[in-house]
Amino acid sequence: MTAEESLIVKLLTAAWLLPLLGFAVEVFGGYWQKSRKSKAAALMAVACIGCGFVASASALCLGIEWSALLGEGTKHDVMEPISGTFYLLGEFGPLVLSLDYYIDSLTLLMFTMVTLIATCIHVFALGYMSDELTDDHVDHEVHLSDGGHFHRPGRFYRFFSFMSLFCFSMLGLVLAGNIFQVFVFWELVGICSYLLIGFYVERKSASTAANKAFIVNRVGDFGFIIGLMVIWTSFGTFRFFDHEIDTKPVPGLFTMISRVEAEDAHHDEKHKSSAEHEKDEEHPEGEEHPEGEEHHNGEEKAEESHPAGEHATAEHHAHTMQLDVDDARSVVFLHKDNKGTRIADPVTETEKSIPYWLLIVAGVGVFAGCIGKSAQFPLQTWLPDAMEGPTPVSALVHSATMVAAGVYLAGRFYPMFAPEVLLVIAYIGCITLFVAATIAIVATDIKRVLAYSTISQLGYMMLGIGVGGWAAGLFHLITHAFFKSLMFLASGSVIVGCHHEQEMPKMGGLWRKMPVTAFTMLVGVIAICGLAIPFSIFGAKIAFSGYHSKDAIVASSLAFMNANQIHFLLFFVPLVTAGITAFYMFRLWFYTFAGTPRDKKVYDHARESPLVMTIPLIVLSFFAIFVAVGGEVGPLYGLLQGSEPVHVDGGAVSVATEGATAITMPSRHAIHDVHGQAGWYALIAAVSGAVFAYLLYGIRVIDPADIKRNFSGVHTFLVEKWRFDDLYEVMFIKPVHVIARWCTGFDRGYIDGLLHWLSRKTVDVSNWDRKFDENVIDGLVNWIGKVVYKSGRSLRHLQTGLIRQYVMFIALGVLALFVLLFVMFPA
Amino acid sequence: MDIGLNHYLVVGAVLFVCGIICMATKRNAIGILMGVELVLNGANINFVAFSRYTALGLDGQIVSLFVIVLAAAEAAVALAIALNFYNNHLTIDVDRGDELAG
Repeated sequence: MTAEESLIVKLLTAAWLLPLLGFAVEVFGGYWQKSRKSKAAALMAVACIGCGFVASASALCLGIEWSALLGEGTKHDVMEPISGTFYLLGEFGPLVLSLDYYIDSLTLLMFTMVTLIATCIHVFALGYMSDELTDDHVDHEVHLSDGGHFHRPGRFYRFFSFMSLFCFSMLGLVLAGNIFQVFVFWELVGICSYLLIGFYVERKSASTAANKAFIVNRVGDFGFIIGLMVIWTSFGTFRFFDHEIDTKPVPGLFTMISRVEAEDAHHDEKHKSSAEHEKDEEHPEGEEHPEGEEHHNGEEKAEESHPAGEHATAEHHAHTMQLDVDDARSVVFLHKDNKGTRIADPVTETEKSIPYWLLIVAGVGVFAGCIGKSAQFPLQTWLPDAMEGPTPVSALVHSATMVAAGVYLAGRFYPMFAPEVLLVIAYIGCITLFVAATIAIVATDIKRVLAYSTISQLGYMMLGIGVGGWAAGLFHLITHAFFKSLMFLASGSVIVGCHHEQEMPKMGGLWRKMPVTAFTMLVGVIAICGLAIPFSIFGAKIAFSGYHSKDAIVASSLAFMNANQIHFLLFFVPLVTAGITAFYMFRLWFYTFAGTPRDKKVYDHARESPLVMTIPLIVLSFFAIFVAVGGEVGPLYGLLQGSEPVHVDGGAVSVATEGATAITMPSRHAIHDVHGQAGWYALIAAVSGAVFAYLLYGIRVIDPADIKRNFSGVHTFLVEKWRFDDLYEVMFIKPVHVIARWCTGFDRGYIDGLLHWLSRKTVDVSNWDRKFDENVIDGLVNWIGKVVYKSGRSLRHLQTGLIRQYVMFIALGVLALFVLLFVMFPA
Repeated sequence: MDIGLNHYLVVGAVLFVCGIICMATKRNAIGILMGVELVLNGANINFVAFSRYTALGLDGQIVSLFVIVLAAAEAAVALAIALNFYNNHLTIDVDRGDELAG
């Protein structure tokens, strides 16, 4: 490891551990402090995460090869992954548990993004949470039985210590070098979100929402654990990277499952010829090859792909790749290096392989974890309820930490996903983005609109990853993190400004009162909608970040549809939803900031937030505009491509050749071809959505209330969130209640009955036992005592105290002894 | 007349019986003490006689010397008790010492 690389590791370790230090100091210091009026905890938290940002940013500057990034060359030289082990937790036979790190440009980028956004949110929270800086905080949402409100000491320090722990967990997740470590930090992120969503724990709605978030995530984590078990049993390692155990090289997960060059369209012909080959050539005896023919094929391919691989980078022309499977698609062979050399078992001399279906189970299992964490269909119901937490928490959860974790893992784990799993990911993302966007149209709570838009955008990311646009999905993750945290903080500013009023129908015209908030929010709205001026000025389009990233996803899905006509929905649904996105986001902005004030009381009391809250907004809006500058050829996209899995570049084909699972992942070239076209489609959709929103809510050509009346059925359906909560109520909660009632009945009737009968019998036996004790045992003991007493009593009369009598006794005793002696022994 | 072992034993028995009678009839503590001395000396005569006429040898005489020493010690203790008894009861009638009788 070079000095530069070890410096990067040190910097990231510092950035990772600083929030943990902050957490420890804040939580104990805050607990022991006498007054709750100190801002020290917050300053500590800001300092830790701020230093973390500085460290991450410098690591980013150090770690990447700028010439490869900014030049026209291939992006794979941007950065070589750095991997290693911090600390060995334990070795249990072949099971090695360790704290590893795996650093590539994605890791560096995520570190910088998370710490930057977290810093802004921490600073914002300094202002937002300032009403907790008191020894007697009144919670107006909690009504006590005596009619008053709930009083408690302020929890300023607690908020910031949890925020620090949250950042630590997320950074640990991003840095993790094995899937088990990811799982550990995954759960830490979950518990932190639980603590923060339930921050106002006395409010019933908040504690319920925290429980809901935690329990729904458990459902996904169940799948994650199944995935972990499959990975462990079939691969024997959790680590991503190649490493050594006792100086013996062990390939990491990504190497084991590395792709081989796909057989081209003449698949069948080649097969025949190789089969014929097989007959001619005698295979060496003694080797057991269930798929001997395929083995031969593999050697051939390995020889071919090696020089071809070198060419690929040089000529900028990549090959289509696929998993290394046997003919029947039943097993996947594991590799020991990236050139497709298969692992041979030294004992049985067979090639190591895992069943194909197990690979799918592992992928879907791990993705189930992502579904829970990133609030994808069908586990999306927890995220809107998570709005019960303080707004900075929502901003952090929705942009940089919690939900980003799921998408990040889907991206990090991408090499392990079989094409079938990717198709599942794409469809889940597609359903999610449509469902959430439609609900967002009718939501009236400003934070809930943003929550549903987050779910929808997460669906876009998953879709992007699922259709082979790996970099596009993660590109959207980064850009979305900036504009969504911006919008959440802006909504937080509105909520504080309106004295904790969250209902949009009561707002309106607020831009006059809070111009900074209104215009930074507008930046976020334009960014998320993907509006742009689609003409090149100075060689670049005038567009905010969201345009570039959403464009990339739509382009990927268009290319995917072109390659797989049967999956046309994966293109049209996101395209329509792009219009819906623009509609509901502009609806939010017009509702809140434009038009005439609807509630005079709210409007009169509204005021702009202090600088400590508006400066983070301005910083974030700067990044929301410029972070993706250059789009597909810009530095951010280049950075992401630097850690793109190898087989993404040239596209991949599934191993099935017919049927619904015959999937061709579009190559980058194919995506690039349709990029302009897709950009226009997306832009048209977005503009029409925005215009529609302007007509309805900006200048009110049609009264939205009329539409609501005419489509009351649809409206109610959407307001009730597609009835998912009702559905789960009927599907899971009711049956659980019924089963619980059965169990109670069984418990009451049989278990309790048995126990009661047993206890009654025990009482009977002990009563009888007591009688026996009292009469027999006690009687015996008492009788002995009485006898001893009586005999003592009677012997008392012997002791008269008269000396003469005693002398007489002695004399008579002696005489008696003599007489006895003479009688017993005469003569 | 030839004086033999039996004569000595008779003298010892007479002394012993005298001592017993003395102890059994006196109420005066000093009288009882004197009876005890007679009993002890009766035993002494027996020891000395047996040492003279049997295989007991000098052992009998040694034992009788022990008895004399013990009798002296006993007399000292008993007289001290008698003095104390007198101090408390203004009499040495042993039948009056009945405070501990139940």
